[in-house]
Amino acid sequence: MTYIRPKFRHPQLPKNNLGYTLAYYEGALSTLCAGCGHDSISAGVVQACYDLNIEPHKLAKLSGIGCSSKTPAYFLSNSHGFNSVHGRMPSVATGANLANRDLIYFGVSGDGDTASIGMGQFVHAVRRNLNMVYIVMNNGCYGLTKGQDSATADYGSKNKSGNVNLFESIDLASLAIELGATFVAQSFSGDKAQMVPLMKAAISHPGFAFINIISPCVTFNNNMGSTKSYDFVREHVEATSTIDFVPTMKEISVDYKEGTVKQVKMHDGSVISLQKLSDAWDPLDRQSAMNAIINAKAKQEILTGLLYLNPDSQDLHSLLQTSDKPLNEMGEKELCPGNDALTEINAGLR
Amino acid sequence: MLSSPKVNDFVVRFANVNGTGSASANFLFTKAIFRMGIPVTPKNIFPSNIQGLPTWYEVRVSEKGYLGRREGIDLMVAVNPQSMLKDVADVRPGGYFLYDSSKKLHSEYIREDINYIGIPLMHMCNEAYSDARQRQLFKNIIYVGALAALLDIEFKELEGLLAEQFKGKEKLIPMNVQALQLGVDYVHKNFKYPLDIRLERRDLLGDKILMEGNAACGLGAVYAGATVAAWYPITPSTSVVEAFMDYSEEFRFDKINGKKNVAIVQAEDELAAIGMVIGASWNGARSFTSTSGPGVSLMNEFLGLAYFAEIPVVLIDVQRTGPSTGMPTRTQQSDVMEAAYASHGDTKQVLLFPSTPKECFDMTADAFDLAEQLQTPVIMLTDLDLGMNDHVSEPLVWDDKRKYKRGKVLTAEQLDKIEKFGRYLDVDGDGITYRTYPGTHPVKGSFFTRGTSRDEYAGYTEDGGAYKRNVDRLTKKWETSKTYVPAPQIYNKENKSENGFLFFGTSQYSSEEAMDLMKEDGLIFDAIRIKSFPFTKEVEDFINSHKRIFVIEQNRDAQMKSLLMIELQADPNKLFSVLNYDGMPITADHIINQVSKVLSPELKQV
Repeated sequence: MTYIRPKFRHPQLPKNNLGYTLAYYEGALSTLCAGCGHDSISAGVVQACYDLNIEPHKLAKLSGIGCSSKTPAYFLSNSHGFNSVHGRMPSVATGANLANRDLIYFGVSGDGDTASIGMGQFVHAVRRNLNMVYIVMNNGCYGLTKGQDSATADYGSKNKSGNVNLFESIDLASLAIELGATFVAQSFSGDKAQMVPLMKAAISHPGFAFINIISPCVTFNNNMGSTKSYDFVREHVEATSTIDFVPTMKEISVDYKEGTVKQVKMHDGSVISLQKLSDAWDPLDRQSAMNAIINAKAKQEILTGLLYLNPDSQDLHSLLQTSDKPLNEMGEKELCPGNDALTEINAGLR
Repeated sequence: MLSSPKVNDFVVRFANVNGTGSASANFLFTKAIFRMGIPVTPKNIFPSNIQGLPTWYEVRVSEKGYLGRREGIDLMVAVNPQSMLKDVADVRPGGYFLYDSSKKLHSEYIREDINYIGIPLMHMCNEAYSDARQRQLFKNIIYVGALAALLDIEFKELEGLLAEQFKGKEKLIPMNVQALQLGVDYVHKNFKYPLDIRLERRDLLGDKILMEGNAACGLGAVYAGATVAAWYPITPSTSVVEAFMDYSEEFRFDKINGKKNVAIVQAEDELAAIGMVIGASWNGARSFTSTSGPGVSLMNEFLGLAYFAEIPVVLIDVQRTGPSTGMPTRTQQSDVMEAAYASHGDTKQVLLFPSTPKECFDMTADAFDLAEQLQTPVIMLTDLDLGMNDHVSEPLVWDDKRKYKRGKVLTAEQLDKIEKFGRYLDVDGDGITYRTYPGTHPVKGSFFTRGTSRDEYAGYTEDGGAYKRNVDRLTKKWETSKTYVPAPQIYNKENKSENGFLFFGTSQYSSEEAMDLMKEDGLIFDAIRIKSFPFTKEVEDFINSHKRIFVIEQNRDAQMKSLLMIELQADPNKLFSVLNYDGMPITADHIINQVSKVLSPELKQV
């Protein structure tokens, strides 16, 4: 690597409850293009984990292949990471999660990785309500192979080569809701104030928490005519709500106008305070959330914020009734039936 | 008529319609013979279909303990009009053809050189039972009763088996016994019995068991401490995970809190199944999947990742007839090459070849130790014949003192003692490096697992030197693995012949029989049964110390022979292939025939 990040930090930097500074949550220096939206998202992850007082080694970060999937190297260097193969992160995350239910699983993917090659694995991870955060850094194009349209590129959108996209785009947020995702949010890499609380809520959500983040590609998809350029997104983004996430049950200190704030208590006692900006839909109602997305799309608007939440989420471990003790901590004593049982089995086979 | 009465030496084939309940009646027949202490081996020859197509069940009885398939049907139990023409033709001259004589047999089914035993099964059922389902089910039991009389099966063994089968539903027992008796009585009244092929109680089985290989694999995974299983249904491997589920219900269910010490996921496809295994193994749980050839094709991408990123994987491949969808319900040993070098780039995978249910159990358990010790995929190549047919096997044994060998995994305390952890640093010089599970230590031991090239500290690199160091270390690890994998079985301590048999997996049964039969003609062979890949020194020595090696395998392209040539530079001029690939298990006759062709100049001299 050409650049080395200076290790020196101001001694007076603030620390979180664990005594760690923000720098403790950083990773290696990014090798993505200058101005890439993905780097802002990485910074968001650092902030969210710092705010939530997460022990980095108790979080596992997983990704597939592509620009977005490189980013786990750029945050939480004390976490184990797994950069798997293209489109296959959900299955690796599923296995990892089954092995040890006590860690936080943080998945990062892109629009090619999720909406094309990995579509099959994505939808099934959603169906199983795997307890993980799944972020798609969505820029509507294949960056690493120099700018081909992806399946999330909007119909009629123009790419850098001037070609107009002929195909309908896949809307990942509404797809996730349709498939039974229990937490679906959308955000924009340029809006850290919205993104960080969404990530914090997603981490605390006991089930599949999906955040589709529009993250413009500065190099290949930031041109006139693209619907995923910085300018276009800034002009068309519509925040549905502002949200605040309070990790543990305590007095809500956020200053909202009375009657406009909806508080959702999560299973672990944390609270999401949601200030809706529109009365037209209810984020706790699946059908209403679907309608809101469809209506926005018709107006060429990009809805952001927490789109849908099912607070009664039952994750895969609950559904499979797996032991509370992580499976990877079990040994011969718990797992091996022993020779006496085998003698009985033999007897039954004669 | 047969020239001489044959005791405990014949083949019976049942020609049934699938989905009519014949399987349990046919198993009753097999198990009763097993209980009489006589070696017996059944083979299912079934269609890729749920209901209505022809299905056969072939039972070989062999006093000498020959448990491979044998050509030539001594007695055909033909209860399927669809296949009857073929079934008549398959009976060997002098053999018997048992059929439902409720309707007159058309002249085209008449052969002068076989014996007909007509039993009006349908009439008997219609008379005795009013319920349509009962009429169908008891037809099967009636012919088992008739066979009991014709072949001298001890009636009390059949009764005993029915009592076990219907434990808890005791009122079904007398009905079934009555059906058996109907068959017995009809034979007693109408035919001379027993036939000249018949059974006599022996004590040839000792404490042996009768078990399907797939069930033994599933049980082996339970004993080995597998906690995560991910799979996608595919014939003939499905019953591996189903057995794992059943045994897990029994052994992994915590009755106090109602929770399970296991997680089993039916994945969306084979790609996801092995991805889950990789994720779970990476995170420190013992995990496995099972599939067949088409699944292995799909898993190739992930097998490369697991090889290169060095993640344990246990994969049970129950081989079937390829290529592509091939004959999904027929057997073959044709995934050898695909498995050995699975995935793109320079990859080599560790393989195991079981040939009995006991070995399925043992090798599955060993596969978890091997995969974790070597930090690489271990692919167990079994096949449909072994997996889905009952086989006589040594009983299963578990050493209660056995500890799971989890390989080189560092704890937090161990990490504290080392200055800098290098995931791919060859500390011990054996090519096997140390790994850590996620969550072990706050600041030491974390690393990035990836399919891209990396240095000793798991850092991404495109430096050719670092890449080469890494893949050369993997070669060293491959060499090390030769000291871990099971050694082959050598049949003669000292060489007795310049000719040797080399075989693996289910080819064992007929190969041993062929050697035995040829010995009667004065032809002696040495033999080696390969149990694993990479090949150990013993395999090389065996080949080098013989003039001719007959490589016996069940595929068209002589895949094991190719592997021996590639890996051991074995001289192709001394390797003679004996191949069988029609989907049916190889027979001793076939082997003798092929071997004799090669040796015929010598035989003429004798």
